[in-house]
Amino acid sequence: MFGRGHFSLGRQSIMKRKKLDGITIFLFLLPALVLFIGILAAPLISSVVNSFYQYKGFGSKTWLGWDNYKRLFDKNQIPFWDSVVHAFILAGFSVFLQLPLALGLALLLGRGIKGERFLLSVNFLPVLISTVVIGQLWLKVFHPEGLVNSLLRVVGYLKEGDKNIQWLGDGQGKLLWACFIPMLWQYVGYHMLLMYAGVKSVPPELREAAKIDGATDWQVDRFVVIPSMKQILKVSVIFAVTGSLKSYDLIRIMATLQTKEASVPSTILMDYMTLRGEYGVASAVAVLLILLCFFFAILISAAFKERD
Amino acid sequence: MATKKSYNYDQYQVRKTKRWVNVVVTIVLVIWAVINLYPLYWMLAFSLKDNDQILVTNRFGLPKGLPSEWIWSNYKEAMNTGPIGKFFLNSIIITGATIILTTLAAMMASYAITRIRWRGSEAMNRIFMLGITIPIQASIIPVYLVVSKLQLINTPIALIIPYSAFALAMALLICTGFMTQIPKELDEAAYIDGCGRSKVFFTVILPLMKPAVATTAIYTFLQCWNELMFAQTFMTGLKSMTLPAGMAQLFGSHTTQWGPIGAALVIATFPTILFYVLFSRRIQDSFIAGAVKG
Repeated sequence: MFGRGHFSLGRQSIMKRKKLDGITIFLFLLPALVLFIGILAAPLISSVVNSFYQYKGFGSKTWLGWDNYKRLFDKNQIPFWDSVVHAFILAGFSVFLQLPLALGLALLLGRGIKGERFLLSVNFLPVLISTVVIGQLWLKVFHPEGLVNSLLRVVGYLKEGDKNIQWLGDGQGKLLWACFIPMLWQYVGYHMLLMYAGVKSVPPELREAAKIDGATDWQVDRFVVIPSMKQILKVSVIFAVTGSLKSYDLIRIMATLQTKEASVPSTILMDYMTLRGEYGVASAVAVLLILLCFFFAILISAAFKERD
Repeated sequence: MATKKSYNYDQYQVRKTKRWVNVVVTIVLVIWAVINLYPLYWMLAFSLKDNDQILVTNRFGLPKGLPSEWIWSNYKEAMNTGPIGKFFLNSIIITGATIILTTLAAMMASYAITRIRWRGSEAMNRIFMLGITIPIQASIIPVYLVVSKLQLINTPIALIIPYSAFALAMALLICTGFMTQIPKELDEAAYIDGCGRSKVFFTVILPLMKPAVATTAIYTFLQCWNELMFAQTFMTGLKSMTLPAGMAQLFGSHTTQWGPIGAALVIATFPTILFYVLFSRRIQDSFIAGAVKG
């Protein structure tokens, strides 16, 4: 072959070529590098640095050491710990309720029934719809006179004369659930799509072979399909957990940033950044959020590796 | 039933799926589909009703009577509550520019990483891939401080650059995946013909990357079309808001009439659904490509 795409060049021209290549490589990487360093790398470092200062966005910064972090973990000052707990609850429901549901639906869909593609498309639709719309829609669903209470009346759970249930803020944590349910609802289709692709990537011969050996559909799913979907399942679990930790949009629409009942780390971040202008505290929240995301991504990957 | 005593293949018992199983499976899937679609249908229905129907007389379905008796004026009212057309335009400009910038940067970078051999190309790729795990929250504060210092708040560029940076890692992943599949012999033939690196990129590689461009574009579109956190922070003037930020703003001002709100929701959702109906296969494939490789 011709080595690196050019042949029988003298030593000098190879040197020249190399230098030229260096410039070419640099120029081709430049736009991506500028974006990466300018928006990801430098701000990341800057967030870490800012988290140790008191900074109001103007004027000078005051060194605080770990004070911002201490404040975050002091319950009397900032409800950060509660927000992390909320995010963990969401992550738990996502992994143990949303993903099994998605997996079940994907397996059923992957067995090959009439209208398979249509059902897949319909179930994926909510993923694409703007969270603002989803949030507004579910605000109406959970409205005291909205869909849920109306249905409860039809079913007979709420009787004539019973008061409507205040789903959106009775001070007893119903609001958190009112926010979680649409989140879980919206993304079932997303995980289902990924898992469906995993189900479909199992060679049909494998399925047939198992069936010739007398396996039932259920056994085929359990012993042939699921084991071959490990990679996809790993991705789904990572997305579900980090997605829950990062959740923001829907809560922003359905509650206010300062609603403690439905706080998640991102609402605290945005509250301290945009409403209070305490950039140091907000940066500390951002740093902890990044660490949590990385930690869980690595942990989940390791857990899946262990089972090999 | 037959037993498996005989080794004659024809008599082997292949477990056929029973018919009732298929029926049950279909019913389960249809029920889930209804759970997905009903809230959207309910939204469409209440966009055509007045409060009396929505809350008291006809809470679950489409308004009674002929379509001509439905309250279409809700839509007119929705359009009058704010510059929804402008929101659309802003979203289109910002998303379009982001797609172009992201795709270009990703194509060029993946050319330098996959087609030119140099020490550190692997490491470079891995560094870029870190971008997938970095949450958007990580950079919002510093970027906001810079953007406001440069007085770029309310300008499209304030969203285009961050959106491109956050879409970059996934775009790069998709592009390098496609590019490594193009045979190296093509480049070599072009070098023999006397082409330089850039000429090879533009005349040989790029034309072959069309499917990657489509996947990247769709993925990038979906990532920024609905983005809310940056949009709300960087676009404070009503006239410069994107669709999600603008809609959130409009709903913030309390309206007690549900009909127009429903109409606004339908208006905001309709283009997405149309886009999805047209490209559903492609959209699904780009999501899968993004996740499987990630």
